[in-house]
Amino acid sequence: MSEPRMFHRSRRQVDLLIRGAQVLDPRTGLDEPHDILIRDGRIAELGSPGSLPAPEGGELFDATGKYAFPAFVDPHVHLRTPGQEYKEDIESGTAAAAAGGFCEVVAMPNTDPVIDDPALLASVVDRAREQARVPVGLLGSITRGLRGEELTEMAALSDAGALGFTDDGKPVVSAGMLRKALQYQRLCGGVIALHEEDPSLSRDGVMHEGAVSARLGLAGIPSVSESTMVTRDAALARYEDARVHFQHISAAETVSALEHARADGLRITSEVTPHHLTLTDDVVRTLDSRFKMNPPVRSDRDRRALVDALRRGVIDCVATDHAPHARHEKEVPFEEAAMGTTGLETAFAALFTELVLPGELELEVVVERMSAGAAVYGLPIPRITPGEPANLVVVDLDAQFEVGAGGYVSRSENCCFHGRNLRGRVLLTLAAGGVAFRERMLVEAALS
Amino acid sequence: MSPRIGRHLISIEDLDRAGIERILDRAESFAEVSGREIKKVPALRGRTVVNLFYEASTRTSSSFELAAKRLSADVVSIRSTGSSIDKGESLKDTVHTLSAYDPAAIVIRSPHAGAAQLVAGWTAAAVINAGDGKHEHPTQALLDVFTLRRRLGALDGARIWIVGDVLHSRVARSNILGLRRMGAAVTVCGPPTLIPREIEALGCKATASLERLHEADVVYVLRMQQERMRDAFVPSLREYAARYQIDAARLRPGQLLMHPGPVNRGIELSADAIDSPVALIGEQVKAGVAVRMAVLYELLAGTPLLAAVA
Repeated sequence: MSEPRMFHRSRRQVDLLIRGAQVLDPRTGLDEPHDILIRDGRIAELGSPGSLPAPEGGELFDATGKYAFPAFVDPHVHLRTPGQEYKEDIESGTAAAAAGGFCEVVAMPNTDPVIDDPALLASVVDRAREQARVPVGLLGSITRGLRGEELTEMAALSDAGALGFTDDGKPVVSAGMLRKALQYQRLCGGVIALHEEDPSLSRDGVMHEGAVSARLGLAGIPSVSESTMVTRDAALARYEDARVHFQHISAAETVSALEHARADGLRITSEVTPHHLTLTDDVVRTLDSRFKMNPPVRSDRDRRALVDALRRGVIDCVATDHAPHARHEKEVPFEEAAMGTTGLETAFAALFTELVLPGELELEVVVERMSAGAAVYGLPIPRITPGEPANLVVVDLDAQFEVGAGGYVSRSENCCFHGRNLRGRVLLTLAAGGVAFRERMLVEAALS
Repeated sequence: MSPRIGRHLISIEDLDRAGIERILDRAESFAEVSGREIKKVPALRGRTVVNLFYEASTRTSSSFELAAKRLSADVVSIRSTGSSIDKGESLKDTVHTLSAYDPAAIVIRSPHAGAAQLVAGWTAAAVINAGDGKHEHPTQALLDVFTLRRRLGALDGARIWIVGDVLHSRVARSNILGLRRMGAAVTVCGPPTLIPREIEALGCKATASLERLHEADVVYVLRMQQERMRDAFVPSLREYAARYQIDAARLRPGQLLMHPGPVNRGIELSADAIDSPVALIGEQVKAGVAVRMAVLYELLAGTPLLAAVA
């Protein structure tokens, strides 16, 4: 059932030899140099470097000294279709995903209008079939208009192709309403993904509550606004034996809540973003609205707890929460600015540069957790194994680049890593058996 | 070491101690000007100062206007009501429009933290923060330090209690930092719902009790910012007044009393305290013009046009 729930435009199935890449696939324990032969969009054979010939009529990609990983899967992006195409659309958003090494993304329904209606969802499916460079999964909303008052037609949304449900951007405030959705899940299946925030605690907060918010006079979003809701909803999920996924975890207190819930054998998963893993509220001292996101980046204690939880598997996967916004929505005072940062194009490089290089997290863990989001929604996890469809990414770990210096593939430029020098450049992304992204400099080199 | 005064005055932290002292010394000489019959000096003749106020203000806007006029600058004052701001013009577009007049300085008051800093990125003018949200109000801190320095001499070791609604107060933030920079020891006191979590990171102590108020040399009372409260942070103003109102009985002899204004009479301050001889509230207002003249002068002095005139 998973295959028809991911939608993309058809693409020529590639014949390609990737020569001499250091192949790292933590799930199969593979970590050595190999030639990777891809025929008709599938991994045909792995061989020692230089041992395999380029396929007839196909291409040779010399990846000596470069790494090949299973391509990344992002369980949380905002593609802004329908209604907010001035920020992003399916074409530009999936192009950004491919540029970041992602072979699949899951799009959130907090669009304008909200994807709370089966016919609307079907129209977005059609658009994804025309425009998506990498397969896109769609979530429908849990409640109509994200208002938290009435359930959507979850079963009909599921029939129309929804992978699951979320009111992302907003919490389901009423426990009774969420309980109904969890009950209804037994009928329609699909993961219920939760943005956790108690609005009576977060109120008009715009950043993490702590020493920096005290200094800046900005209203704070306390860590407990997230952790108390995770505790509540884990209890509801246990009571209804439901399958829930907690989105963009940001606080150390929430990690504790997740551990408790897991210790009880609950079927929960959770995700964390590259910015919560690498930044702290200290960056907000600049009052740069690129650092305004919800949930907010928190203290270094929180950040370290998140890194540790990701390593131990308490948090399952990395999600970017790619949230593009137009310039006029960010070029305003911090309190007025829209919440969110883009993240698809920088996710791997940010984690590699800020966590792997300083020795805080192992490369294998980052690579594994960057595709683990597939399992959250029941999708096959990309593997570099003969017989599998070609979903892989080639990365130059030595190549350094300044974020944003060459512009962005995304339609928006509100990236919290803007201006940073990061290492780990994506050279080639294969998604669903086709070339989804090829680094521009390579194209130029090939032409000259 | 030469005093540090930046091109803009966005935060009190833009100034080091020597920079603050230099502005206060300059303000002393301008205070003398304010005592003359003709209260004008030609220092900024031919230059334009724009006052851009997105929030209601009496003291700050009028004193900035007077300060610029007493320095012979041309002054344009814009308020959010009755201007293009009312018609939805963005801050950026407004600043670009005003920058076309080539102002030497833009003085901005905004309900949002960071507004002055944004403006500084969009204009060639010197930018002075006249209050940005609950963030900072550096010229208020300067005039408060000026007022205290006149009374106490040096502030080194002075114990200053800031009492009341610290959460919503930009005055509190700029004053904690400014007073600390001048060597004072600062304690903030108020109901726990109105004291920001981790405020101690600014270098002050925090308490919910007035019990040790007698240890203070200066009691700086904050305005209850009811206009910035979205809901009740105290059960009632009556309960607040009972617990935290500063009246003559709570003050000990020798303590000085300050308040940034406007006062909620009978809430944070009693009438007898306001009218007592230890209250410096009137002196604070008077210091406003001289200190803002000094800020304008120090930021704009030495720039090309002024050098040509001089």
